[in-house]
Formats: sequence, C-alpha cells, structure tokens
Amino acid sequence: MTQTSAKQSLFAVTYHTKRRNASERRFRRYGQAAIGIGLLMLLTLAYTIVSKGTGAFQQTFVTLNIELLESKLDKKGNRDLEEMKKVSTFGYAPLIATAFENLAAEREIKTKIKAKEMAQIISKSAPSQLRDRVLDNPALIGQTVEFTLLANSWIDGYLKGRVTRENAQNNKNISVQQLDFVDELVALGVVEKRFNIGFITGADASDQRPEDAGIGVAMIGSLSMMIVVLLLSLPIGVAASIYLEEFAPKNWITDVIEVNIANLAAVPSIVFGILGLAIFINTMHFPQSAPLVGGLVLTLMTLPTIIISTRAALKAVPPSIRSAALGLGASQMQSVFHHVLPLAAPGILTGTIIGLAQALGETAPLLLIGMIGYIATNMPETVTDALLAPNSVMPAQIYEWAKRADPAFYERAWGGIIILLVFLITMNTLAVVLRRRFERRW
Amino acid sequence: MSNLAILLGIAIIATASYVLGRYKVAGTSQTLHSLPRYYGLFALICAVVPPIVLFLAWLGIAPFFTSGPISAQITPAMIPEGGSASLVMADIQRLANGVMQATRAGLIDFSALGDTTNLDVLGETLAAAGLIFGTKIDPAVFALTQDYIVRYEIGHDVMTLLLLGATILGALWGLYQIRPSFWARNAVERVLRLVLMLAAGLAILTTVGIVFSMLFETVNFLRLHAWQDFFFGLNWAPNFHGDSELAILPLLWGTLYISAVALAVAVPIGIFAAIYLSEYATKSLRSIAKPLLEVLAGIPTIVYGLFALVVFGPFLKDWFGDGGFLGVNWMSDARSVATAGIVMGIMLIPFVSSLSDDIINAVPQSLRDGSYGLGATQSETIKRVVLPAALPGIVGAILLAASRAIGETMIVVLGAGAIARFTANPLEALTTITTRIVSQLTGDGDFNSPETLVAFALGLSLFVITLGLNIIALMIVRKYREQYE
Repeated sequence: MTQTSAKQSLFAVTYHTKRRNASERRFRRYGQAAIGIGLLMLLTLAYTIVSKGTGAFQQTFVTLNIELLESKLDKKGNRDLEEMKKVSTFGYAPLIATAFENLAAEREIKTKIKAKEMAQIISKSAPSQLRDRVLDNPALIGQTVEFTLLANSWIDGYLKGRVTRENAQNNKNISVQQLDFVDELVALGVVEKRFNIGFITGADASDQRPEDAGIGVAMIGSLSMMIVVLLLSLPIGVAASIYLEEFAPKNWITDVIEVNIANLAAVPSIVFGILGLAIFINTMHFPQSAPLVGGLVLTLMTLPTIIISTRAALKAVPPSIRSAALGLGASQMQSVFHHVLPLAAPGILTGTIIGLAQALGETAPLLLIGMIGYIATNMPETVTDALLAPNSVMPAQIYEWAKRADPAFYERAWGGIIILLVFLITMNTLAVVLRRRFERRW
Repeated sequence: MSNLAILLGIAIIATASYVLGRYKVAGTSQTLHSLPRYYGLFALICAVVPPIVLFLAWLGIAPFFTSGPISAQITPAMIPEGGSASLVMADIQRLANGVMQATRAGLIDFSALGDTTNLDVLGETLAAAGLIFGTKIDPAVFALTQDYIVRYEIGHDVMTLLLLGATILGALWGLYQIRPSFWARNAVERVLRLVLMLAAGLAILTTVGIVFSMLFETVNFLRLHAWQDFFFGLNWAPNFHGDSELAILPLLWGTLYISAVALAVAVPIGIFAAIYLSEYATKSLRSIAKPLLEVLAGIPTIVYGLFALVVFGPFLKDWFGDGGFLGVNWMSDARSVATAGIVMGIMLIPFVSSLSDDIINAVPQSLRDGSYGLGATQSETIKRVVLPAALPGIVGAILLAASRAIGETMIVVLGAGAIARFTANPLEALTTITTRIVSQLTGDGDFNSPETLVAFALGLSLFVITLGLNIIALMIVRKYREQYE
C-alpha cells in the first residue's frame, strides 16, 4: 500500500481490483460461451436433421387412369399367366405414355412435349408396379384402372424445392417444358405430395430410383441384429459381472480380466469389425452381410459396456443384503441369484438398454462384414432368413445413401436418421424412466 | 437325423434326467442334503455337458476327416483363372450343401447320382431351387463333392451316435451318483461358478482374438510386402495389379492431423464447459445442460458424418472455396481436414467435459476454501488451485478423447476425403488409417493380396496406438482418483 492509497476509502475500487474483477467476469463468460457453443451445436444438428429429413416422409405421387390394353398385354386373349409373364416391363411402359396423352387431351393441357416425355415424370419403377398388379389380377386387362404411381425423383425434388427451373436447364434428366406440364398437373390435382409409407416399410432401390427407396428392410435387419445382441450380451455380461464382483479371488488373473475389460470398452469399433471379418467370416465361414454375424460382432463390442454398468449395479447393493442371506443359511450362489441380482436388475437393465442403443447406431464394423452396398430387395420371410440372409441395418443403409451423392438420396439419408434417432430416443427414455422408477437409494 | 432332431433328442434326455433325478430322492426330504431340484439339476448337467464338450471337440477335429483330405486332392487344373484352392474348396462345400438340401427336399436322389449324371441338368435343378449360384458344374469338382458328401454323412452319423450316447451315459452316471446324502447343491454350484468364470474369460478371449486375427494376417502381409515400405515409406498408392506402395506414414499423418483439429475444438470447449458446470452453474442449469451436452456423445457417428459431408463441408467451402465470401480459393473440395476435424471435435466435447467435470468435483472443497480465505477470486482459485490439482485427471480425459478421435471411422470416411499425402493446409482433403481399412476391406480385391491384407496391418497399428493411449489414460485417471479418497 502506498501513501496515496491510504487516503482512499476502502470501498473505492482500485485499479487492481477492477482488473481482477474483469478477469473474473471474462473467465465466467468463457465458461458460458463453451456451454453455449455445445448447446448451439446440438440445436444445429437437431434443426438440420428435422429440416432435411422430414421431406423423405412425403413423396410426390401421380394418379393416372391407365387403359390396360389387351392387345399389348395378352395378345392371344386367353389369360394364360405363363404367356402374360413373357410381356416384360417394356411392354407396359407405352401404356403409361398413352395414358398421359389421353389425360392431356381430355383436360386440354397445352404442352409441346411428347407423350414419351410426359411419361418420364413417372418413376422407373412404375412399369413393374403395373405389371405386378396385372399379373396378380389378370381380370383387370381391358379395363381402365386408376393407378397411383410414384413420380420421378426430379419431379419430387421440383415440388420440394430441390430442383428449380434454373438448374433444370442444365439437367439432362428433366426439361423446363416437363416442369411446365407438371405445374398444370399439380393445378389439376393429378400430381400431389402425400405421406409416403413406402419409405418406412420399403426396401432400398437401385441408384436410378431414389423415389422408390425405403428403410423398412434395413429396419428389420437392425431388429434381428439387436435381438441377437440382447440374447447374447445380457446373459454373458451379467454372468461375467457376477463372477468378477462376487466370486473372483483377488489375484493377477482377475486383475488381467479387469484391465482387459476396461481397455476393450475403449477399443475403436472398427477393430471389432476386423475381428468379425477374420474370425466369423474367413475362419468360421459364416455368411457375409448376415445380421447374425453383425450381432456377434456387436455383442463383443457391447459386452464391456454392459459388464461395467452391471458391476456398478451389483456394487450398489449393500453388503447387508448378502450377509442377511448368508446368515439364514443360503449359499453364496443363492444369496447372489435370489437376493442381490433381483435388487440390481433395474440398474442392469438400464445399462443394457444404453449398450444396445450404442450398438444400434454403430456402422463401421458392420461395413467390414459386408453390410455395404445395395443388398436386400425383399423382406425376410422366415426367422432363419432374417438372421442369415444378407441384409443391411439402418446406419449402414444411411451410409449407403450418403455415398450415392445424389440430393434425392441425401434426403432419404436424413429421413433414415430421423427414424434411427426415434429408436435411440425411445430406448434412452426407457432407460431413464426405468432408472427413475426403480432406482433404490440404500 | 437332422440337427434339430439331435438337439431335440438331447433336450428330451436332459429333461427326463431332471425328472428322474428329483424322483430318485423324492420322499426322503428328512435326510436330504440339498433341495430336490438340485438333484434334478445335477442329473441334467451330467446329461448336457458331455455332448457340448464332444461337439466342440468335433468342430476342431472334423476338418481333418472331411474337408482336409478333399482339399489335398484339388489339382491345379481345377483352380480357375484368378482363383485359389480355398475358393474351390468353398465351392465344393456349397455344392455339397446344395445337393444334400435338394436330396432332403426330394428334388434329387443323391445315392442314385453316378459319374454319368448329366451335370447340366443337376446344376439347373439346384439353381432353380435357389441352392447354388450358376449352373455349370465341373466334373472333377463334382467327383470330389461326391466324396465330400460321403465323408460328411459318415461323419455326421458317427457324431449323432456319439452325441446321443454321451448324453445317455452322462445322464445315467449322474443318476447313479444321486443319493440323499449326495451334496447336489455344491456340485451344481461348482459348475455354475465355472460357467460364470468362462463368461468373464470371454473378455480375454476377445482380446486374444483381436490380436491374433490381426497378427496372423499382418504376418501374411509382411511376407508379401516389404516392411521397410510399410513403416517408413512415404507413399500410399494401392494398385490392384500389384506393385503397390503401402506406407502407413501418410495415413498416420492424416489421422493425427484430423485428431489434433478435433481436440483443438473439443478440449477448450469441454474444459471450460466442465469448469462452468461444476464451479459456477446453478443446480437447475447443471441438471439441464449436462445431460444435453452428453446427448452429443450419444448421437451415432453416421449422423455426424452426414452432417460433415452435406452441411458443414459445403458451409466451409462457401467461405474458403473458389468464389466464396472471403474471396479466397483455399478449398477445392467440401471434404477436408477441417470439415472432419471440427465436426469430430463437436462429438468429443462431452467426452472431455463429463470426465473433467467428475474430476473437478472430486477436488476437495478444503482446497478451494483455503484459496478463498487468502483472498483469491473464484476464477483465480480455479486457475491456480483447482485446475492444477485436477490436471492429471483432465489429461487422462483428453487422452481418452484422443484415442476416440484416432479410432473414429464414419466421420472421416464421409468428411475427410481419400487423398493420402503430407499437407499442412487444414482445408485440403487427407485420409486416415480407419478410412483406408474400410476401403481396402470393402473393395473387390483378392483377399490374399497385399492390398487387402494391409488393412490388418493398419488395424493392428491402430489397436496398438489406441491401446497405449487408453492404458496411460486409465492409469492416470485411476491414480488420480485414489489421491483424494
């Protein structure tokens, strides 16, 4: 303290104090900014997912009256199924063009484009859709039937604002005249956007038909895989935890196991994929891309997580419970299985659900065991098929769409993420509710 | 007998032995050592364990009897262009399975198939039933397949007899042991304990499996490729016609660079968030902000990858790319070190913040009180007392985040690009170890080529690096936790 400051009041803020207070405020603001950035990023992600993904649940459909000409589909007119099967999808395509021509004439739509170009606004999957319907019900031949067909992804993009007149000029897949024609059809209500259940239930489609691609089959793949993971990792994880927590003698073997589990929990997931490829597929010759193999790989990956949380749950049960059981003459095994385990069950379940949620979102190891590319076109029909037939899973399907580098597929990837996140949020909420509802404080 | 029937048979014998075991001690409850169900369980275990052990042994021995002698007979003439003996063997097994299934389904009669069979007709029949791919069957391969089927069926019959015999003998032995004075519960619990121990041992088995599966293929790789090039080469240029340059250094550079960018984002944000949450935040803010931040770690990495590729990369390019807002042309592709690194940094924030938060909370209040008593402000206390005390733990948290960043796959696969080189510009594309593992193992290359096998060497390197980081981090964290307990 110098002479001058002695004259000052104690309450007057000195230069040093000011600086220290400013630095205090600054420090606090850094902290607030850090949390703000974190939350902002979360918000950005959520906004991106919702704004980019909801489009996938809507799809543009075209309602058309198509005359199923007997002369084209069943030349001999004897409705012989084998003969009708010989008419390929190429035989059906002209019917759609004709239907458009009739529509334009009927509703007096002025356009310069030809019937063939009109038909191009329909998805490439439409002729086979027509064909399936006719082969299912040959009585339709000769009638004019109303069909609801998927529009081409470019038209869908136009209605969703992804394709504009400006960028259509440089696009060889779509012309401005076609867009004019679509505008007329939208005004007439022939072309409209509707909720697309096919996205949720359908299978992936080839890269020419984004409008036809769905995530349903991959969802079944994920489900079968999760069942495998649950059935394997829960019993093995609980058994391992019980041994380590209740029975293991304190020796170096136990130490090695414990260090091992802690390290396995932090091993990069792709390493488990390499393990799966080398052992399950190359050595044991399990089928590639099978959800069963994916389940085995993810079981190994999830086990450490489940073991760590199960041990914490077992540890939380007070020793008095064990002592009471032992005192009444139960064996150690009985005290664990009859008393400790039931009391730890909610904690174990919570940990298991969180472990499963982690496994559900995992992609990298599954790519290595062959869940990459355009894999399954049909729903598996039997349980064996669901486990062993090649299939994809939701995250791998999303990756596949992201790789195709087409805005129409990006939309589907985001839509798939919404569905994936719905599952994850449900599982995590369930875990939180379980914890809140059954957690006991001793 | 089909596999299902064998299983069913064992299940029936096991159930019967359980019932008989209980029945044998029924009515003697006065002198019984254990509860009756333990006697039943003991008999059941005696019935079930021998066939399981036998079956596992059979899995190890069977190839010497079935596929072993067959693959020894594969002549070079049978191996198609670009194939290998193991592929031919796989074909034989597939064909054999197809023939056996078709026989079971009644489509063909295997025992009636002679050498003179028209193979084209057989192939078409099998292909029509969806049992094999392709309809061409090579006569020489078919002869081996017939031999294989005969051996397989003999083996299968012998095995069926052995399994059922072992089950019955085991059950009888177990039932013979049972008498009221027998300590059934202790015997059952010993077995149960062994099962629990085996489950715990699976963790070790997994690690051993990881190490050996990669080590084995890495050795194969180093036999085909010079180790000097792998460890010290400077070029990554796989070429499926051979003569590839496969060096880990450029990949390691990409991995470390992207991880460094990620940590540069995650560490300051994570530590400041942890400090604010543990030292300043009110209880209500903490109870909301902490779980919300942790959501960032629960989002699947594919979501971050897509975000980097579709949103963040183009955003960066709008600023730094040609014709961008800044008027510079530093970025040619949306995929870059910064794209992947910054997005990965966001993902890592909770990894740093949660663990640091725990560690800061573990610093005893007395240290803070001492500092306040000497007149320090709150931030001075944090900077000079709390952080130094928590530093080792925070370093551990950062190391764990680093190991996570190095092993991260989906974000870099989608966001970092595929060019292996040494560049210091964060706006250029680079590639990492994990992306190369994915691309080498998901390609169409021959599995035994160095271009595919290199993925295992890369995987092993990745495993060693992350394992080292994890061990150091866990040691630091553990040591630190003990310090104040």
